[in-house]
Amino acid sequence: MRTEMRNEQFQPPSLLGNLLRKLHIDIPLFIGLLLICATSFVILYSAGGQEVPLLIRHATRMGFAILLMIVLAHVNPRRFQSFSVALFSVCVLLLLAVAVMGQISMGAQRWLDLGFFRFQPSEFTKISAPMMVAWYLSERALPPKPKHVLGAATLLIVPVLLIAKQPDLGTSLLVASSGAAVLFFAGLSWWFMLGIVALLASLTPVLWHFMRDYQRNRVLTFMNPEADPMGAGYHIIQSKIAIGSGGINGKGWLGSSQAELDFLPESSTDFIFAVFAEEFGLFGCVGLLVLYLLVISRCFYIAVQAQDTYSRLLAGSLAFTFFVYVFVNIGMVIGVLPVVGVPLPLVSYGGTSMVTLMAGFGILMSIHTHRKLLPV
Amino acid sequence: MDRKFAIKDPLAESRLFLSRIVAAFILILFLIAGLVVRLVYLQVVGHEHYATLSKDNRIKISPLPPTRGVIYDRKGRMLAENVPTYSLELIPEQIENIDDTLVRLQKLLDISEEKIDLFQKQRKRNKSFTSTPLLQNLSDEEVAKFAVVRPYFPGVDVYARLVRHYPYGDLASHVVGYVGRINEKEMQTLPLAKYRGTNHIGKTGIEKTYEEHLLGTAGYEEIETNAQARAVNTVATVEPVAGSNIYLTLDIDLQKIAYDALSEYNGAAVAIEIKTGGVLVFASRPGFDPNPFVSGISGKEYKALQDSPDQPLYNRALRGQYPPGSTVKPFLALAGLEYGVTDFNHRLFCPGYYKLPNVDHKYRDWKKWGHGMVDMNDAITQSCDVYFYDLALALGIDKMHDFMDKFSFGRKTGIDLVGEVDGLMPSKEWKKHYRSQAWFPGETLITGIGQGYTQATPLQLAHATATLANYGKVITPHLVHSIISADYADMIGGKADALIPLKTQNVENIIKGMTNVVHGARGPPVAWPRPLPIKLPVRPARRKCLPSSRKRNTTRTPSTLKCATMPYSSPSRLCTTRKSRWRLLPNTAATEVR
Repeated sequence: MRTEMRNEQFQPPSLLGNLLRKLHIDIPLFIGLLLICATSFVILYSAGGQEVPLLIRHATRMGFAILLMIVLAHVNPRRFQSFSVALFSVCVLLLLAVAVMGQISMGAQRWLDLGFFRFQPSEFTKISAPMMVAWYLSERALPPKPKHVLGAATLLIVPVLLIAKQPDLGTSLLVASSGAAVLFFAGLSWWFMLGIVALLASLTPVLWHFMRDYQRNRVLTFMNPEADPMGAGYHIIQSKIAIGSGGINGKGWLGSSQAELDFLPESSTDFIFAVFAEEFGLFGCVGLLVLYLLVISRCFYIAVQAQDTYSRLLAGSLAFTFFVYVFVNIGMVIGVLPVVGVPLPLVSYGGTSMVTLMAGFGILMSIHTHRKLLPV
Repeated sequence: MDRKFAIKDPLAESRLFLSRIVAAFILILFLIAGLVVRLVYLQVVGHEHYATLSKDNRIKISPLPPTRGVIYDRKGRMLAENVPTYSLELIPEQIENIDDTLVRLQKLLDISEEKIDLFQKQRKRNKSFTSTPLLQNLSDEEVAKFAVVRPYFPGVDVYARLVRHYPYGDLASHVVGYVGRINEKEMQTLPLAKYRGTNHIGKTGIEKTYEEHLLGTAGYEEIETNAQARAVNTVATVEPVAGSNIYLTLDIDLQKIAYDALSEYNGAAVAIEIKTGGVLVFASRPGFDPNPFVSGISGKEYKALQDSPDQPLYNRALRGQYPPGSTVKPFLALAGLEYGVTDFNHRLFCPGYYKLPNVDHKYRDWKKWGHGMVDMNDAITQSCDVYFYDLALALGIDKMHDFMDKFSFGRKTGIDLVGEVDGLMPSKEWKKHYRSQAWFPGETLITGIGQGYTQATPLQLAHATATLANYGKVITPHLVHSIISADYADMIGGKADALIPLKTQNVENIIKGMTNVVHGARGPPVAWPRPLPIKLPVRPARRKCLPSSRKRNTTRTPSTLKCATMPYSSPSRLCTTRKSRWRLLPNTAATEVR
């Protein structure tokens, strides 16, 4: 089949095929993403109080994110590889700058204000950290030796700690997991992973010590939502009521009484899944999960098809991080994970995470569409 | 040499990678299955339950505020209690037009704009279904007035609530403090979960220091309501846990005696139980009535308190810094003995003034014609300035500072009240740092009689004297005797926090000198309006007096034309009445400032 295609290269291909090839777009992935984005509009209209301006802002951001994705898809993956170190260094420097400025303003600081442009360096780190680790490991023989694992971990710990210090536990966990995913895909030994898990379990009290009060509260509330039913536990109680009342078939589009009556807080951002579950029921939820699973599967396929170690590791990590997003958000909304500020990817209202995610997919498409089709 | 092993094997690597992708995919499938199981549990198994909660009925969670702990004095008399009062409260969610309702209520009852503002602020903080107070302490008449028109005000109702009340008013206001409405700044920093349903927080005094214990734990009620938001059923209740009761070491009877003894003067009196460090008397006059602060003091009333020349809000016992004058002399005498620069029998001729070598300036004694030959005992008894000028010069300022510092001069005693100040015990280093000047020998002299830069609070003096009477055992003074809750009782104090190494003989000599102020042959007659003698009986060795400065600050306050604040003086009238009273207190160190 492939040989045939190659043979046909000199014949004029179909108009659409030619266009897509030029655009460097991976069709199955693109369709999957578009379906999720469409879902986002449908549910945001309902969750956001049927406000059109909100949708327009959402669409603008999404348009920008998709544009960025297409632009990145055109960049040769070798370019990413050679820029990994520089990009990572810049990210760490920016995080340091944010930390210093945060010190000066004596409060939580995640934004870097350049006057004309404000952005969160921690968001970029979500991509630059796995790039860096992938670069580091791909230069070495795999599976990684212990000292290289240690090297990769050292690279990771700097941005993770800087982000956790901001304090933004959600993002720092995502960055850590994206780096860990690279190590996993690089062939980190199972024993090593088991050891790390044991170590982390024993380090939990230390971590607890460094947490901010509100972070501790969230964890405590997760363990026992009834402890603060008027405050933090309120989110979880109300979101469970919303989801549970949706039943198998849901209350139908625009049928969410919980969100409409303002019972459910943050219904268009972090807790949007609760509205979705209330309106579309179990069927809708499973459908959305399947949709996410398809996108992840395609990403994994791209990772397997990738032709060099760097691309493989990066693609695998980006795909896995996308899943972590989905799992952490839904897990939190349905009350099996603590409430950390992680949005439902591509569905929640809010621009920054969408841009990073789409950039990630752009890199995946670039990896897939820049393969050299060698003769077998 | 690493090269050999570093050769990459692309085929093996890609096989390894594939296996990892498969593993990750299986993990993902498992986790997604887990999410689906949870969703099934919520949406299929629990559907009926949640649907009921969400559709026909709605669950409202309303907080049940805990009862604040009561504050007692050492004999169990209530200093801060909770009394039921009526309050007018609004549930914003049930009111269509809040502004209109407020205007109509204003026509009906006397509600100031301030109260409306406060209500609006509080409303923003609360959830829309939380009952928020607008007016507190309603009179029976007001309750009746509202009861008539109640049907026209949906979402507005009168509730009986427990409100803090301080039966002793101004008498112990500087000790007990008061609670007030939680303000905006506090809202941002408080652990809000603990304060659901609670609108008050300790602002000063014990109410603030022991806020955590007094507060208790909030409970809540899950109430099922119908479409009209009327409660139809209580689904679940978690009872609140009342705050702990607090027993103070304060004796309100003694407090009253001291407070009355200060009479029309502005001043403070502190008495500490020597063995335990428990504070028996902690009076600052004038006090203020803390009760208006509870329901929100009006701006006018507050301004009047703040602008009063008598400064009733000023806690003189805790924060008033005064030159301690001759009260430091026993400590400096002890310093001289401990450092070995002098001994108890050292004699000196006092001509009524003291001169530094090669300096013409005369440092005068309070007794113009001098005390004649005095030893240390006489010097303490008669409060001879010249003797202490000489001793101060022998000690030097830094030794004086180091020794006095151990007695908490110039630093906080650590009493369990917020807002304590340091006072000041100067040293060369201090002057260099804060005044950028060198230390002059003349300053050493006047520090020797408690003047100059030296400043101490009445509390510090009482504490230092107690430490002396304890032979150097430092017990942090404390006001709380015990914290009693349903399941535990916590006793506070009584243990020595530090020990100043002192020779028993030296301390006994000093105490002898102090006792002679009142009881000695050469001590001034009791009628003499100078020293403030407090006799501490029980054991002769513990008899001890607190001599005081002879100087009088004649600062006159324009409104009262009375002697205000400053030094330790004691007119005979007070002296006699108080002597018999203080006699009631065994093992107590006391100080009074007027």
